[in-house]
Amino acid sequence: MQEHEVQMQVNGKVVSGKVESRTHLGDFLRQSAGLTGTHLGCEHGVCGACTVIVDGDAVRSCLMLAVQADNCEVTTIEGIAEADGTLHPLQEAFRNNHALQCGFCTAGMITSLHAFLSENPNRSETEIREAISGNICRCTGYQGIVSAAMEAAEKLAKR
Amino acid sequence: MKASAFTYHKPNSLEDALGLLQNEEDAKVLAGGQSLMPMLNMRFVQPETVIDVNGLDELARISVTDKLEIGALTRQKTLAKDPTIKQHLPIMQEALTWVGHFQTQSRGTIGGSLCHLDPAAELPMVALLYDAELQVASASGIRSIPMQEWALAYMMPSIGPDELLTKIMIKPWQGSHGYGFQEFARRHGDFAIAAAGCLIKIDNNIIEDIAISIGGVEDVPRRFTECEDVLRGMRYDIDDIKTHVREPLSQINYLDDSLVTGAYRRRLLKGLLIRAIEQAANRS
Repeated sequence: MQEHEVQMQVNGKVVSGKVESRTHLGDFLRQSAGLTGTHLGCEHGVCGACTVIVDGDAVRSCLMLAVQADNCEVTTIEGIAEADGTLHPLQEAFRNNHALQCGFCTAGMITSLHAFLSENPNRSETEIREAISGNICRCTGYQGIVSAAMEAAEKLAKR
Repeated sequence: MKASAFTYHKPNSLEDALGLLQNEEDAKVLAGGQSLMPMLNMRFVQPETVIDVNGLDELARISVTDKLEIGALTRQKTLAKDPTIKQHLPIMQEALTWVGHFQTQSRGTIGGSLCHLDPAAELPMVALLYDAELQVASASGIRSIPMQEWALAYMMPSIGPDELLTKIMIKPWQGSHGYGFQEFARRHGDFAIAAAGCLIKIDNNIIEDIAISIGGVEDVPRRFTECEDVLRGMRYDIDDIKTHVREPLSQINYLDDSLVTGAYRRRLLKGLLIRAIEQAANRS
């Protein structure tokens, strides 16, 4: 069994550990870094629940090996709020709009939308719906999520 | 849903990568990982060795001379925004709007799409329209493969186990022409149930040249040459075209499975093909 030493910056903190070649980033974050906010749904890239931000890009953490994230900067759902606990506008908006029920997809929704709106917050509803077309939610029917994303986008555009 | 154990290599040069491919018995190349990783996780493939080519920056370049040269490791998100692609190959950017989701485009590569060769993949359809040349390298040399000879069978490209796809060379059409790309999938970003791409050159209302590629309907994406031959030289009249495409469309051996019937694919493709031709003609 081949193991590798990896080190990455996760939510601003250095995390290091030993990983097997086959360990994907999602498992590393959950099991070695203890960050269980990243949810693994399908583990073949379809559901979007495990989305995290690697070097600025939203990626499926189940479709990237942990060893490939060596020396990368990773942001998970735990790193979205400010250090003092102040919620990010996206998190606020999700709360205001009842955009989550069971919460399983929420981490992936927020990390995806965070990357998407960071690039450009001026987005139409169609663009937002397209952006989260790769994130499956089985509870909400998406209306609340889209409303939340629109509300957050508006706030972020004014920043 | 966890991959079986494998040995991981990350070569820093093309030479090293090709050496590994030559020496390792049961190796898989890992590029963007948006197809290989699911297959590993589901244990559809259980290679002894995985060779990660993400360190080969020289394969991630786009350059243009008389033709466009796209490094196999160029990410889909780069292609979707690159100004050179926008200028010379706008149909590729249009096709990319249908490829997966922005989170998979962050890592997915053009070489990966071509080598995975899903029957419904859009990027091979674009490469087909232009008769792209694919350059593959191995420790014993370089060879180039015409795109129409790339697909051997279902998800089986014409590439040896010791070879690596390095470059895609595309010669854009010259002169005034138009392009169209149409697709239908159940969810935005899912694999196409049917898709059609078209390039058209119309002069004095005559179809001087036309290229059509189809995806999702057969084992491999391919050029729809039977249909091109019928339409080339015809007067451009969409009602006439609708009549003339019937025969070639009826010859297709439509995929028929438990989720989507062949009859449904046939109906969809007809509509999409006509729309792609109209879209291309309107832009020419």
